[in-house]
Amino acid sequence: MEIRPILSSLSRHKITAWLVIIEIALTCAIVCNAVFLISQRVDRMNMVSGIAEHELVEIQLANLGVRPDAKARTQEDLAALRKIPGVTQVSLANQMPFSDSETNNSIKLDPTQKLPSLSAALYWGENLAQTFGTQLVVGRNLREDDYRDLDAVNKAAAGGDPNDKALPRVLVITQAVADKLWPGKNPLGRFIYFGKTPETVVGVVAHLVRPASFSQGAEFSLLVPIRPVVGDGSSYLIRTAPQERQRVLKAALAALKALDPRRVVIEKRTWDDVRSEFFQNDRAMTGLLVGVCVALLVVTALGIVGLGSFWVAQRRRTIGVRRALGATRGNILHYFQTENFLLATIGIVIGMVLAYAINLFLMLHYELPRLPVIYFPVGAVLLWSIGQLAVLGPALRAAAVPPVVATRSV
Amino acid sequence: MFGYYLDLALRSLRRNKMLTALMVLAIALGIGASMTTLTVLHVLSGDPLPGRSGSLYYAQIDPQDIKGMDSSKEPPEQVTLIDGLNLLHAGRADHQALMTGGSVPVQPEQSSLDPFYVEARYTSADFFGMFDAPFLYGQGWTAAEGEAKVREVVIAKSLNDKLFDGANSVGRTLRMAGTSFRIVGVLDSWQPNPHFYDLNSGSYAYGEEVFLPLQTMLELRLDRGGSTDCWGNGGGGVGNILPSNDCVWLQFWAQLDSPAKAAAYQEFLVHYSLDQKALGRFQRVPNVRLRNVMQWLDYNKVVPSDVRLQNGLAFGFLLVCLVNTVGLMLAKFMRRAAELGVRRALGASRRALFAQLLIESGVVGLVGGVGGLLLAMFGLWLVRQRPSDYAALAHLDLSMLFVTFVLAVLATLLAGLLPAWRACQIAPALQLKSN
Repeated sequence: MEIRPILSSLSRHKITAWLVIIEIALTCAIVCNAVFLISQRVDRMNMVSGIAEHELVEIQLANLGVRPDAKARTQEDLAALRKIPGVTQVSLANQMPFSDSETNNSIKLDPTQKLPSLSAALYWGENLAQTFGTQLVVGRNLREDDYRDLDAVNKAAAGGDPNDKALPRVLVITQAVADKLWPGKNPLGRFIYFGKTPETVVGVVAHLVRPASFSQGAEFSLLVPIRPVVGDGSSYLIRTAPQERQRVLKAALAALKALDPRRVVIEKRTWDDVRSEFFQNDRAMTGLLVGVCVALLVVTALGIVGLGSFWVAQRRRTIGVRRALGATRGNILHYFQTENFLLATIGIVIGMVLAYAINLFLMLHYELPRLPVIYFPVGAVLLWSIGQLAVLGPALRAAAVPPVVATRSV
Repeated sequence: MFGYYLDLALRSLRRNKMLTALMVLAIALGIGASMTTLTVLHVLSGDPLPGRSGSLYYAQIDPQDIKGMDSSKEPPEQVTLIDGLNLLHAGRADHQALMTGGSVPVQPEQSSLDPFYVEARYTSADFFGMFDAPFLYGQGWTAAEGEAKVREVVIAKSLNDKLFDGANSVGRTLRMAGTSFRIVGVLDSWQPNPHFYDLNSGSYAYGEEVFLPLQTMLELRLDRGGSTDCWGNGGGGVGNILPSNDCVWLQFWAQLDSPAKAAAYQEFLVHYSLDQKALGRFQRVPNVRLRNVMQWLDYNKVVPSDVRLQNGLAFGFLLVCLVNTVGLMLAKFMRRAAELGVRRALGASRRALFAQLLIESGVVGLVGGVGGLLLAMFGLWLVRQRPSDYAALAHLDLSMLFVTFVLAVLATLLAGLLPAWRACQIAPALQLKSN
């Protein structure tokens, strides 16, 4: 296919040609970035929690007023929940992954250190690792005798004696924390400081995501041996077989209500609901981005169809002359296809530069990573195909122009 | 002349329905998308207290220890209890309020209602006057009553409707968290958006239903919400232990009626920090901030970044739609070269042709604008179905309605300029000859 005649013909329609190029460039730039944003959201929604999501249900209760016997009541609750048929593990957790409020603590490797090494989410609750179903990589889970009561811990922390027996002395960390604090070394037996008290690392779990602030290290989480009491935002977590969840949830609510009917139920849901509710904004944003991408591509395609039709109509006579001089239908078809390919290519090149610029801007303002290189060839192929599809109709109409047109005056 | 051009424009648009529909659709889509996001942005970045927000200031001081000090950094976003009370008792502003939030269980007297939790604001007495909270019945408590830890409560209209069927409940008793409170006031519907005075508990569509004196809350150790930031040996704040004085967890607002007073108050905060340093409580050099409501919202980037992103995206989309329209309009006008040539030959000036073509693009803009408006209303309805906290606020107002039309017509006129200009350049003789 000769390109020179196409170029010379385009140079007579500079404005229209440039409009097509600009439209393709803008679409290319926006769609590349939008698809990248979509992939970021999808990654976020598919974030690994490290827990047995399909086997858990959550019940959150609140007491009316201060309960002096909260500790005993909590043990009663836990015992009643354990008795429900089908329940394999039960725990009262201070917080859980994918919830908006978060308890964090900055940790140090040396109490005299000026700045903390990192800030990690603290998970506590008796039997919590077993209920979560976290996967132990090395060491051991927390044991019965490791645990301290929350009120005693608070009192001891306020007292300021670093050797107070009421303070927890061991903890379990995630692989991510181990890799950050002691890259390549065995973390077991090493110390972490919250204040002045050293806590020995006794185990490492593969994954456990923090509740919400993922940008500060998504899996910077610690399991500490503290027993919470019901209230203060803590939740009962119950583990059971996936198909038993609804039944167990109902039975658990009935059991808890029977023990104390005056409590307010704040949450009652399966853990699948927890994930779905937490990421609902991301889902909505993803839908919106997909919608915009489709609309953009459709508008661009329609624009190419419109301009293509105009061009064909304008050049009817020329096409007739070419046909009369021996050009085949295929030649005419290829002419318009090549023309569109040329315009699309220039548009895509400009679009890629623009896409990169937009990405730089977004990186600056929205904590986005760099646009992966793979987006450039994929985006190019996408726009080439859309251009070719859009121009096919007008090009076929051009190819159908009979040679006899050349002999007629308009 | 205008009427004639309008007639010509309509005839021309009718002649090629497909192309016209394509142009109108592109404009309508672009305008619809950008007006939807622009309206959301407009609603979310609005002034929560028009007319008053300029004289309300949020005070920040820096009581942190010397570790990790960086004077270029912002001071903590809240105040400690001791500093808050000191500033409150100093009374150097025209009005001032120290507050924090939480939730309390309400135990209704009616046996038909189960106990339920409501959002609570624990504040000193000036809150209602400073923030222009409208009373339906009764009034707030006085500063002296607040200090005396009275068991008094102001409730919101929604709670009054729920518990007392909207009757005047002043003087009646409300049981909360095991304690009886006397209702002294009922607020009329009041929900500033954004929830500027405390952004920790959600920025939009969030409102408290009970308001209690801060001192009463401190004595009863009611549940707190929001955020607590500690340093050094700071701790507490779990269960019924209050956070220690190395923790910030309260908000302090000052009403300062003139810029001079605001400057003087900033001075006062510096002096206060120096005094505290002399006393040994503060360790850092004074690092204070005094922002008014809009500055405070701006600093906190209260408009969700998703909303800004959507807005940028929508305007990018509008740009593509406009380029598309320019191309289609150009195609349309150039096709009528012969007709325009005849008109030129018959004596129409370039200016007249230009006006005629612009009227044609204006008609497309107007129809596109109507379509865009309908799409924007649909878009906002979609936004309202979304789970975000700001969703319910997304409504088109009169000013945005006006902006929609102006934007649509301006955008299409702009898109029509180039094609119209090109079409006017046609040499009439050449067009006539080829026929």
